[in-house]
Amino acid sequence: MRITARNAEKTAKILIWTIALMVIAVLIFIIIFILYRGLPVINWNFLTEIPRRSGREGGIASPIIGTLSVTALAVLIAMPFGVGTAFYLAEYTKGGIITRIIRFCTESLAGIPSIIYGLFGFIFFLDVLGLGWSILSGGLTVAIMILPTLIRTAEESIRSVPKSYREVSFSLGGTKWQTIRKAVVPSAIRGIANGIILSVGRCVAETAALIMTAGYELIMPRSVFDSSRSLAVHFYTLVMDGISERNAYGTAAVLIILVFFINVVANMLINRFVAKGR
Amino acid sequence: MKKFKEKLSGRVFFVLALSTISALVLITVFIFVNGMPLIAEVGLFNFIFGMSWAPEQGQFGIFPMIVGTVSVTLGAALLGIPVGICCSIFMAEFAPAMMKNIFRPAIQLLAGIPSVVYGFWGLIFIVPAISTHLGGVGMSILAGSIILAIMILPTIISISEVSLLALPRTYKEGALALGMTHWQTIRHVQLPAAKSGIVAGVILGIGRAVGETMVVIMVLGNSVALPESILDSVRTLTTNIGLEMGYAAGRHRQALFATGIVLFVIIMILNISAQYITRKKVK
Repeated sequence: MRITARNAEKTAKILIWTIALMVIAVLIFIIIFILYRGLPVINWNFLTEIPRRSGREGGIASPIIGTLSVTALAVLIAMPFGVGTAFYLAEYTKGGIITRIIRFCTESLAGIPSIIYGLFGFIFFLDVLGLGWSILSGGLTVAIMILPTLIRTAEESIRSVPKSYREVSFSLGGTKWQTIRKAVVPSAIRGIANGIILSVGRCVAETAALIMTAGYELIMPRSVFDSSRSLAVHFYTLVMDGISERNAYGTAAVLIILVFFINVVANMLINRFVAKGR
Repeated sequence: MKKFKEKLSGRVFFVLALSTISALVLITVFIFVNGMPLIAEVGLFNFIFGMSWAPEQGQFGIFPMIVGTVSVTLGAALLGIPVGICCSIFMAEFAPAMMKNIFRPAIQLLAGIPSVVYGFWGLIFIVPAISTHLGGVGMSILAGSIILAIMILPTIISISEVSLLALPRTYKEGALALGMTHWQTIRHVQLPAAKSGIVAGVILGIGRAVGETMVVIMVLGNSVALPESILDSVRTLTTNIGLEMGYAAGRHRQALFATGIVLFVIIMILNISAQYITRKKVK
């Protein structure tokens, strides 16, 4: 067969379609495989009992609480900083050296691997501040990790608010702060919420940094100063220490369902946001 | 009152905006302060090119782990980059609307699944498959590369797709009007024009592979030795920290922070080059 433009076109098309479909197939395979083995493990007791005998028996109630509390804490701590930075970048500055530095730092933080955050959290929150392995140390560490996501999504949604909204507010005598509060925030709120949900997803999936800062404790935490194992850390321990394959599948299935749910909510918000913006 | 609020709000936003700067400075300072004493003691050259890692005997050489990180990352890049770019072309040019609606959420999901789940899947499928078909124990550079290649796909695909879609329509229309086929247009006009964005995406993907910890702990076997083939077990820089931080103390702990410094420097070089390339495109 001669290599003509038409043949090349055909071959390229077939090749690219095949690769794309293969990627989808691998993803579907991973998910279905985990759910197939994991879903039968999940029942009410699995979700509400705390692990016994290091996780051989019992459920995953305390790791669920661990994940939820670290996530809630991280998002609560990071939100004012992330959203505040986004407002500063989108509304208060026209560029200049400080803005450039802030952007550089934000993008750099996004690229730093979680093990480095773990090292930092370990030395800073555990050693220097003396917080010990705790939900608080874990939450603070993960809060820094999600800052870039929060800033990026919030800034984008603030910038996508039409200029005319601001102009109307200014022309009615509104100050900058009033304009932001009454005209910009209400239209940007969905985009900000989407950023928060994406950050929640990152918190749920985080493992390396949390092992080093929140610890391994399996009993139910009573305060944020207690150590608690997150779901991902619990799953990792079940697999690597060969404790219980059955419960590992169950935990993995719960993680995947959580991530799936978070993605669905985020997509719903984006779609509404886009529909509203047009 | 109104004026006061006005001033205050501006100040507050400014102070909040300094948070990322202080976070990056704090991280840099604490990693370096805790790792530098050991590097100073052992010597930078001996630390980076030392072949033996035996903390109990005071031997701190991380060269095998640097080789481990580089080889696994290279493998992941060789597998992941072509697949990622093909997928972004698919998304930007070939996929019908219905496929896009399946593909985009699927890639998001791929990005959201915890890395430990990928590691587990690798342990159950890839590792035994390599062991049966290619020999060895299966925990190897090859296993790590395959799984990392899947994990860096979302980064490469999303950034490349955005830069393909951001091209002016006239590029494509002009090329088609000249009688080029769709594929010729993609290859000779669109890909070259979107090059800087694609390269930035690839660099960020590579950064992700270099920094990944849990997956490599699970499927690389973690032995500290120079690998002879892609079927050999290796230990990466991240693995070294992740495996030993739990019980390290004194100089051993300093050595892990020093490993962190090397990792941090590699990542920052990748970060800065990606940012530089993206910025050049904007100008």
